[in-house]
Amino acid sequence: MSSNRRRTGPNGSDWRNALFIAPYLFFFLTLLVFPLFWGIWLSFHKADTFSSGAFVGFNNYVRLFNDHVFLQSIWNTFYFVFLTVPALAIIGLTLALALNSSSRLATVLRSLYFSSSVLSVTIVTLIWRIVFVPQFGLLSTIYGWFGAEAPAVLADPDLAMIGIALTTIWWCIGLPMMLFLAALQQIPGDIYEAAALDNAGWWRTLISITLPSIRRTFVLVLIIQIVLQFQLFGQSWLLTRGGPNNLTKPIVLYIYDIAFRRWDVGLGAAASEVLFALILVAAMTQYLISRRQEER
Amino acid sequence: MTAEIDIRNVSKRFGSLTVLEDLSLKIPAHEFVVFLGPSGCGKSTLLRMIAGLESIDIGEIFINGEPIGHLPPGQRGVAMVFQSYALYPHMTVRQNMAFGLQNISVSSKVIAERVANAARMLEIGHLLDRKPGQLSGGQRQRVAIGRAVVKEPNAFLFDEPLSNLDAALRARTRVELAQLHQRLKSTMIFVTHDQMEAMTLADRIVVMNNKKIEQIGSPMDIYDRPATRFVAGFVGTPQMNFLNVTALATEPSGVRVECGALAVVAPFDAAAVGRATMLGIRAESVSVVRDGEGDIGATIDVLERLGDRSLVHARLADGQSVVANEAGQTRLKVGERIGLRFAGDKAHLFDADGVAFHVREAVS
Repeated sequence: MSSNRRRTGPNGSDWRNALFIAPYLFFFLTLLVFPLFWGIWLSFHKADTFSSGAFVGFNNYVRLFNDHVFLQSIWNTFYFVFLTVPALAIIGLTLALALNSSSRLATVLRSLYFSSSVLSVTIVTLIWRIVFVPQFGLLSTIYGWFGAEAPAVLADPDLAMIGIALTTIWWCIGLPMMLFLAALQQIPGDIYEAAALDNAGWWRTLISITLPSIRRTFVLVLIIQIVLQFQLFGQSWLLTRGGPNNLTKPIVLYIYDIAFRRWDVGLGAAASEVLFALILVAAMTQYLISRRQEER
Repeated sequence: MTAEIDIRNVSKRFGSLTVLEDLSLKIPAHEFVVFLGPSGCGKSTLLRMIAGLESIDIGEIFINGEPIGHLPPGQRGVAMVFQSYALYPHMTVRQNMAFGLQNISVSSKVIAERVANAARMLEIGHLLDRKPGQLSGGQRQRVAIGRAVVKEPNAFLFDEPLSNLDAALRARTRVELAQLHQRLKSTMIFVTHDQMEAMTLADRIVVMNNKKIEQIGSPMDIYDRPATRFVAGFVGTPQMNFLNVTALATEPSGVRVECGALAVVAPFDAAAVGRATMLGIRAESVSVVRDGEGDIGATIDVLERLGDRSLVHARLADGQSVVANEAGQTRLKVGERIGLRFAGDKAHLFDADGVAFHVREAVS
């Protein structure tokens, strides 16, 4: 080997090696890194669709936190995440535990529960509109059997967000269930046999063997769902348009209103950054707490 | 703590596949019994039926005279060591060992005492606060045994517990298991397909094949007087030599057996005459002599030098292969012509169904 070649290093200092990652790097930089920083840059400017405008410092952030609709949307988003994420994790796990068998019925039910996940948000909201519609909706019919009158869920300030949360849980339950099923099937069968020989009953086995074995998946499901549910948009927009009285308006819908209907792109970008920070903090907190528990 | 285990007319099917058929076996208290057989012979299934991990389709199993078929695994008074160890990965060694005792509400003081004793006995005291992922294969194996020991069971069930260990560790653990049995004096059932493990550990070996028991006996019984051709071929390394019998005749000094050009005369059971179709003889009963001497001539095909001895794979004129044992470091060469001398009184005869006929034992 020539000395010139040796100087380039035996494994990787050659610039040609970078060509292998160049296509990925190109799309990563242009589609992920650049928009991220451009968004931050925009949030410090008074921008609309036609110009990136003048630098305004933290003015957009000040405006945001003085806007009670934005503060309401933050509260709404947290409330929605609180309603959906624990429910998705617990119901997903319960379904996975119930359907973790090779019987034909379990296979059919698994497909059935997952099938809602493949529907688009327009179809899902249409279905649930029919459920919630007063007088002749499914809910009204059920109430009617008992001689009662169903509440107008989507128009009721106390129930509207719960209605959206129900719709979302029904729509999204497939993924957590499948993740939990995959995790359950990874647990070696002989651990359960050892537990049976160790006199562990059903509950003790669940608490001491099954749940600790799928702890990582539980954290994964929580993080995925936190990230997804913080981005609530379609269900709110199609079911309630953010009403009544902005009580179901999440942050993303607020951003859409500001940036794409009022064309205040700078303010919308600032709101986007706040949402980004919230998701990051929530997911990281969840991750760090679970990691600390695991280390204990 | 020990148990007498009585298996009566047990059968097991998985769908249309019969795994065990009408099997009976009595294991006295304190005995170390090894279930030996090839993969798929039903030995692990039988062990799992005793443990309660498989149901009993027909028949019953008794421990100390009590039927246990209806009892869940945890209430049979047995402890099992699995092939994969089956330790709980998220628990420390101490928690792994204590788990079974906590489930039957043993006081924490007693648990701590038993865990400490078992840890001392198995030399795993320094590992008690580690998790299984931080242990080597041998250490995990000890923990699995420790988890069984702390329960002070009536019987220990071992399902091929040494097969995941390397050769050196396997040999060492074998000795430790034998010592453990001597110390605890519990009934132990050990499943393996490794005849070396069976020979070195067992008080009695149960050789299983094709859903049934082929032979039950002490290790030397099984080795010296195999009941069937299967047992003769399965136990012993290298495998017993088998030669087709071409003629049988009764002579004053015994039975004359001819296998082509080879003739062996030995005091075989007279019932073999007219029935035996196969002669079996172990390599150590065939010695290598100079060409032209011995019972038959042969050509060396392969030489296996094992250090203290050599295995000589020789081919007879009719094409049949014979393995002979040569003590020490041989000077023989592949392709060389040699003579083979057969110790007829160590040979066995087998009929077409595989049933063995042995040389009559001398009456003293």
